[in-house]
Amino acid sequence: MFGYLIKRLIQMIVVLWVVSVLVFVMMSFTGDPTYMMVPLDATEEQIAQARRLLGLDESHLVQYWRFLLNVLQGDFGRSFVFRQPALQLILERLPATLEIVFLAMVIALVVAIPLGVYAGANPGRPLSRAVMAGSLVGISLPGFWVGMVLIFVFAVRFQFFPSSGRGPTTELFGLRVSFTSWEGFRHLILPAITLSIGTLAILMRIIRAEMMEVMKQDYIKFARAKGAAQKGVLFKHGLKNALIPLVTVFGLMLGDLIAFATLTETIFAWPGIGKLLVDSIYRGDRPVIVVYLMFVAFMFVVVNFVVDVLYALIDPRIKIK
Amino acid sequence: MSEAARMSVAQPAPLLSVRNLRTWFHTFGGVVKAVDGVSFDVAPGEILGLVGESGGGKSMVGFSIMGLIDPPGRIEAGEIVFEGEDLARLDEARMRRVRGKRVAMIFQDPMTALNPLYTIGNQLEEMLKLHTDLPSARRRERAIEMLREVGIPQPESRLDNYPHQFSGGMRQRVVIAISMIARPRLLIADEPTTALDVTIQAQLLRLMKHQVTQNAASLILITHDLAAVSQMADRIVVLYCGRIVEKGRAADVIERPRHHYTRGLLDSIPHHDKAQARLRQIPGSVPDIRKLPPGCAFAPRCPAAQDICRRVEPELVETATGQAAACHFPIEATR
Repeated sequence: MFGYLIKRLIQMIVVLWVVSVLVFVMMSFTGDPTYMMVPLDATEEQIAQARRLLGLDESHLVQYWRFLLNVLQGDFGRSFVFRQPALQLILERLPATLEIVFLAMVIALVVAIPLGVYAGANPGRPLSRAVMAGSLVGISLPGFWVGMVLIFVFAVRFQFFPSSGRGPTTELFGLRVSFTSWEGFRHLILPAITLSIGTLAILMRIIRAEMMEVMKQDYIKFARAKGAAQKGVLFKHGLKNALIPLVTVFGLMLGDLIAFATLTETIFAWPGIGKLLVDSIYRGDRPVIVVYLMFVAFMFVVVNFVVDVLYALIDPRIKIK
Repeated sequence: MSEAARMSVAQPAPLLSVRNLRTWFHTFGGVVKAVDGVSFDVAPGEILGLVGESGGGKSMVGFSIMGLIDPPGRIEAGEIVFEGEDLARLDEARMRRVRGKRVAMIFQDPMTALNPLYTIGNQLEEMLKLHTDLPSARRRERAIEMLREVGIPQPESRLDNYPHQFSGGMRQRVVIAISMIARPRLLIADEPTTALDVTIQAQLLRLMKHQVTQNAASLILITHDLAAVSQMADRIVVLYCGRIVEKGRAADVIERPRHHYTRGLLDSIPHHDKAQARLRQIPGSVPDIRKLPPGCAFAPRCPAAQDICRRVEPELVETATGQAAACHFPIEATR
């Protein structure tokens, strides 16, 4: 277990380093962000001064070196726009994104597990066919379109839910969250549903495919021969054996949603990290983009680690090493 | 005392009475009559051997009794009377209380019959949880006791092991323990030793027999291994293409087979005391069960087949000793 942790740690450092290099190389092709910071009527002198202040007057190699040295001291750079540490900007907005992503994942699991298990255990039944057709629709629909339709129906027509923005927030363990009040929770619902659609559809298909495979196994028949009820056979003996691929995909999708909830956050004017990324790209706020992408890489490494641990918890034949 | 009265005294009311069972599969390629008009009894405490080649419908008899025939298969007709109750007509909820508690089943491959994600203790106790209201501590005790009975060393510590930590033979012992832990009246063992090493087959058969007799339960041993059956069974039923071709007391069927198929099966068993250049085999192979020939299904492979065999299906005819064969030209006892 200790060796495994060391291995994972080294892997994380390598991944973060590679990502930082890639991002810096890409950034060097996107032109000089100084022009986006200075007023339109700025003189050449003022522009040069701004460039020096932002540290953009030196070669990319030197810039990268300086960035690396700072990172080793725990300083990930400051936003050009907000003049705040870039990491702090991301962490401030992270709770907003985590809120809608977690709610979306809960919705996806609560809907996908029973339907997927049913469709996998009873292929060919009308409801199973309906579930499969529905999941295909869910995969095909683009998220931004679903979001707009939801806004039109539930916010504009029926006015059940607010159309955009985040509700009132309260402090919980030092994080600003909004799900604690009903008004805040109401704001969460539409963006969360929008985010959940694609994940839900894919999870459902995976669970169905796995369950179809598992239900053919002898131990399922043996469980039925023991006199176990259908529910016990499906969930205790069946679903647990179908969990490994599910956990893998679930982890990847969780990371993906946290990192790139951008479209949904834009449509719902949700002040999360996805919106921060779009705004930063738009403003040429290079330090924020770099730290953002490194944060995403970090998160995926963590997700993979958690998935590995879950494997070992689910299946006693898998050992962490 | 009349002949009939003497018979009824000699044979107590059967524990299980299968009457004219038909289990058919409706597939795209036609109707597969996996079990087609099979009748037999199992007396309390009796060991019945159900014998035949692969594809003969033996396993489907077992699964029909358990009510575990999956679509497109279905019990088309017949009765499965167990302790006075027709299992073929029970609904799923009541059938569930029969499975495991009153009739248990052992599968062919112990490597796949146990759920890989649960400890064997958990899987043993599941049976008790389903069918008894023993408290948790008692369940554990009973599981340990059961593992000890089937010959698992250090059962206390093995209880928390997972199936992959056991060898094939040990796993089949665990499967037997699970099947017997709720003390069923009838155990159906479907090729229980086929997947195992020859060296432990006999051990496990002995263990199963011991378990069954100790609990005064009955056993249906489904196998293609006539040699194993001859040592274990009280009576034998021979199936061919979903139909019974011969049945009778084990000694009679083994020593004086009347059906040419049974004879063929017996001839293909190697004998260590007979120097044989080459084992005899039954010529040909089992026909496609969807397109059975008219008349006797065994006729194309039968050495004694005549014209009538290819036209008229023979009835099961019983002799005075209770041995029955479905053959127009049964082998007459010569010894």
